[in-house]
Amino acid sequence: MKTTSILTSVFALSLAAGGMAAAQTLEEVRERGHLNCGVSPGVPGFSNPDDAGNWAGFDVEVCRAVAAAVLEDADAVRYTPLSNTERFTAIQSGEIDMLSRTTTRTLNRDTALGLNFAPVMFYDGQGFMVREAMDVSSVMELDGATVCTSAGSTTELNLADFFEANGMSYEPVRFDRADEVLAAYDAGRCDVYTSDRSGLAARRLVMNDPSEHVMLPETISKEPLAPGVPHGDDQWFDIVSWTVYALIAAEEYGITRDNVDEMAMSDDPNISRMLGGEGSAVGEWIGLDNKWVHRALAAVGNYGEIFERHIGPDSPLGIERGLNALYTDGGLHYAMPFK
Amino acid sequence: MTVTIDRGSTTAPASGLTVLGWIHRNLFPDWRQGLLTVAVIWALWQTLPGLIGWLFLDAVWRGDRDDCVAASGACWAFVNARWGQFIYGFYPPELRWRVNLSMLALVATIAVLFIPRLPHKGWVITGSFIALPVVSFVLLHGGILGLEVVQTDRWGGFMLTLVVAVAGMLGALPIGILMALGRRSNMPAIRVFCVTFIELFRAVPLITVLFMASVMLPLFMPQGFAMDKLLRALIGVALFNGALMAEVVRGGLQSIPRGQFEAATASGMGYWKMMLFIILPQALRTVIPGLVNTYVAIIKDTTLVLIIGLFDLLGIVQAGVSSSDWLAPSVTISGYVFAGFGFWLLCFGLSRYSMHLEDRLNAGRRR
Repeated sequence: MKTTSILTSVFALSLAAGGMAAAQTLEEVRERGHLNCGVSPGVPGFSNPDDAGNWAGFDVEVCRAVAAAVLEDADAVRYTPLSNTERFTAIQSGEIDMLSRTTTRTLNRDTALGLNFAPVMFYDGQGFMVREAMDVSSVMELDGATVCTSAGSTTELNLADFFEANGMSYEPVRFDRADEVLAAYDAGRCDVYTSDRSGLAARRLVMNDPSEHVMLPETISKEPLAPGVPHGDDQWFDIVSWTVYALIAAEEYGITRDNVDEMAMSDDPNISRMLGGEGSAVGEWIGLDNKWVHRALAAVGNYGEIFERHIGPDSPLGIERGLNALYTDGGLHYAMPFK
Repeated sequence: MTVTIDRGSTTAPASGLTVLGWIHRNLFPDWRQGLLTVAVIWALWQTLPGLIGWLFLDAVWRGDRDDCVAASGACWAFVNARWGQFIYGFYPPELRWRVNLSMLALVATIAVLFIPRLPHKGWVITGSFIALPVVSFVLLHGGILGLEVVQTDRWGGFMLTLVVAVAGMLGALPIGILMALGRRSNMPAIRVFCVTFIELFRAVPLITVLFMASVMLPLFMPQGFAMDKLLRALIGVALFNGALMAEVVRGGLQSIPRGQFEAATASGMGYWKMMLFIILPQALRTVIPGLVNTYVAIIKDTTLVLIIGLFDLLGIVQAGVSSSDWLAPSVTISGYVFAGFGFWLLCFGLSRYSMHLEDRLNAGRRR
């Protein structure tokens, strides 16, 4: 009886302490001197240790941009590699300040799991890969094909829904693990390999002959990957969100890592305001100094540069911009105005 | 009883055995053995050239991903480029001497065990086993004696595998001995506690224990009181293996005849004196194979920490092969071969060492 009540009060206290502490992430990060950022323990192009032992990749750049904005040092980040199961606990318990880890934004995660999602960094979705020799140019031509997929995943459900909706038949070949699916397809056990597009692009490179395989243009599911922060600290949420917007807006305005210093002198009021020029209040509103956008861009460059560097057509992964182009180029990236 | 040896019936070894004679006697003594020999030679002929070619002749030793994609053999260039990372993880390169020094301390501790006659050997060994974790922690983590702090998130690779394995081994044995003694205790409270502990940890998989430590525990701890993730994992590994060890030790205790306990008590020894000087030395000696078995399992189980985001040798290799600079089939296979070889070296070394130990300890009663 007594023990139970002590335990309950300790638990309640820790929750209350959690609630109070969560509202001062910015001060905590500044005091600590580094940002705690949760990343994937190894997803090609998104987050990986490089040869020198530094974390690098598309997701890692978001952490660097936030660290540059908040701490004036893009290297002041401590990366916590997190598995799928750990990632939400890590953010709920305050072990990390933000999660930048190929995480799909869903209703459940946004509400019940206690995350707030910054703008989407990468619009992923389920795609299809076939052998070039099959001479197929669209998923619509795949009636009756055998398809390799992982068992019990949303991938499998999407596949069933898509073929049913289009009145086509297929024969699924299911495996428990992603590498088994890959090995089966590579060995010729099925005609089609389906998974998230970013995953397909990476796995193609570990096939026996990557040039034999092509990706079909269709995307049949929504997998918007976005950075997340814990509930309960609006200011911190704003900082992470607007750092992502800054990266996208910079591409729109043509601000790059190399020309950001010149662009700061620009006559265009939108650019000058964003980069903390005369009369700008971008820092005052958000609780940072006016140069925060400038620093973030000088550290990592704009969205397009980050994309090119890690996952774009010229990188080993070779992912096309597609949905991830700016809205002006037919994509979905649309930064809110810095006013 | 006297044993008479009939020396006349042993034939003297054929002296001046020729190569052909040796082949005849060992490879083709009769047609069945001969058939087996031919089959084995054929199997080797089929596999060895390919294996050697892949491992050495066609392998790429220096270069980058493109060289490896072009070649048909293993990609040791990948292992070469990431060698430092595989051994030291993310440990700052300029501070790696501290890791080397603590590995040296480990080797020195093991070497002490090899010296046959050492004055006060018992004290020296006990002392070095207590000193080893302390010295290693100070060296690896730093923070005192003017050493720069290296947080545990920078630890990784082979070094982390050793840290987890050694901490698991050093932690598991005392826990196991205490739990085994407790389980045979006459005091009900202690017995019930030990039985519950052993059965609880023995009945859940290590993965569950690690998940509890890494996912559940932080939720119950007050905000701001963040216990190190590696420390949580180490405690989990030590408790889990302690429970396994307890049952091995209990097996040894059961093998000691009742007379030994009675004789010890009759000589006026108390409980601890009896256990320390009479019972445990005999009990532990009989269960060396079981102990080593558990130890080898600990080494291999260290790879499980990669599911909670710690980069042991396998984890860091896995992160490496999925890095976009190195995505290629031969890189993946080479990486795993390298990791497998690393683990094999550790476990094989350990089992050789245990054979040597058994040999020496059982010298007096070899049958």
